[in-house]
Amino acid sequence: MTTLLKAEGIALAGRLHPTDFAMEAPELTCLVGPNGSGKTSLLHALARIGWPAGEVRIDGLRPESLPPARRSRLLSYLPASRDIAWPLTALDLVRLGAGADEADEAMAALDLTSWADRRVDRLSTGERSRVLIARALAPRPRLLLLDEPVANLDPLWQLRLMERLREAVAQGQGAVVAMHDLDLAARYADRLVLIDAGAIVAEGAPEAMLGSERLQGVFGIERVEGEWRPLSSPPRRGGEAG
Amino acid sequence: MRAVTRLLLLALAMLAAFAASLLLPLPPLAALLGADRSLAFALLWELRLPRAALALAYGAMLGASGAAIQGLFANPLASPDLTGTTSGAALGAVVTAYLLGFSAPLALALGAVGGALGALLLLLALAGPRAETATLLLAGLAISALAGALTTLALALAPSPFAFYDAYEWLMGSLVDRSLEQAAFAAAPALVAILLLLRLARPLDSLTLGEEVAQSFGHDVRRLRVEIVCLTAFGVGACVAICGAIGFVGLVAPIFARRLTGGHPGRAILPAALIGGVLLLAADLVVRAAPLGRTLPIGVVTALLGAPFFLWLVAHMRWRLGR
Repeated sequence: MTTLLKAEGIALAGRLHPTDFAMEAPELTCLVGPNGSGKTSLLHALARIGWPAGEVRIDGLRPESLPPARRSRLLSYLPASRDIAWPLTALDLVRLGAGADEADEAMAALDLTSWADRRVDRLSTGERSRVLIARALAPRPRLLLLDEPVANLDPLWQLRLMERLREAVAQGQGAVVAMHDLDLAARYADRLVLIDAGAIVAEGAPEAMLGSERLQGVFGIERVEGEWRPLSSPPRRGGEAG
Repeated sequence: MRAVTRLLLLALAMLAAFAASLLLPLPPLAALLGADRSLAFALLWELRLPRAALALAYGAMLGASGAAIQGLFANPLASPDLTGTTSGAALGAVVTAYLLGFSAPLALALGAVGGALGALLLLLALAGPRAETATLLLAGLAISALAGALTTLALALAPSPFAFYDAYEWLMGSLVDRSLEQAAFAAAPALVAILLLLRLARPLDSLTLGEEVAQSFGHDVRRLRVEIVCLTAFGVGACVAICGAIGFVGLVAPIFARRLTGGHPGRAILPAALIGGVLLLAADLVVRAAPLGRTLPIGVVTALLGAPFFLWLVAHMRWRLGR
């Protein structure tokens, strides 16, 4: 079986140092790291946004070699921004890059069917997030690249989304998801990847990662009696931009 | 398919406006048909056809390029006028006209295309290739003002009162007294540019989700930007060279067009072209019907009708401006 995702030497000048990244079989990988550490840059490099260096192969195929229609079956990217340039309806938005049936299905999966004809500029930020997530899920790509998908979602929908991502993995899709909620990430992810100053500094099984000194050092927090608290000593890393 | 029906209706409206432009006012044509067939034919062929063809081509070009530029900048206030394209083309043409006269259409067209391209490249250089919308629009306004001032300077330094008057009248925009060759000179580049712009509908639609997502779809946003800039400069420049600067159609047509495409900016290019054609044909009919004793410049008509619409638009854009 071919490797689902293999990235070699991917880099973005000034934001992401040359990095290798791989996913052998479908799994849910969560990217964690402080603000500006390079989570978004890694997602950009994987989605081939911003003319990154290096090479990405998904199912052995280079995304650049495919026309847009086939590329959306290979990968889909959800940006952290919830801005939408034009006031399309929710359904029209989900249909950008997906077929009509797929769009209907994705809308139903996120309980959006009754909003199909509502204009996206008249939705709340959280509602718009769900529409954009449906847009990213609709083409059922091999690889989902999601930047903070749970931001703006209420607790119920945070859990429902993570469950939905587990289903996607069970059906053979891979997912790389940047997020800030360490406990939610650890609960659902197969693997946590820790990013700091534009490089991957550690990765491993969620529980082991949460307990690691590396993660606690990078974030400047520690776990005391099951709760996260600021480390008493100042954090190790400088404020490198990303 | 409702979308197809709407497009067909628009196309019909355009044909009707074109036919009206050929046949109205009817009495002189009817009288001539009775008296001298060849004279009636000459009136149709040499006076009304170039005028109608120019109105259609220029209007369609403004509509299509307005839709493309608005989609590219993700802003319903962007248009060839507001990005400095039209005024750059006008400056290029006026300078060329002083050097070579208004009777050299090829030189005039090259001057206008050069001016439009110069304005758009200056815009990209000033605002940067990945500029914020606000920066781009401000830079566009600055370039418009600069090109306008330089055009006024060129007028002030006119070699003779006749040159001044020629340039002044041409600047106000006019479709009158152009030959069929001149009409073809504007219409052919406009048609090519519109057809090539139509190819960009899908990438422009995906820009609704932002540049990053459009890139993740595999659309080269940098190339898209260059293509739209060059096609707009080419098509609008050629039209400006023949008819002078005509404002507001490029702003208004795409806004109506997007109402027909559910907000999709790229899909709006074709309906915007049709609406632009209808608008300019209609404005030209207003010019003919106006009981002023002399011909009103069509640029004045579009501005008088377009400016109030622009103000209404600004007042009703709370969903974007209030962000």
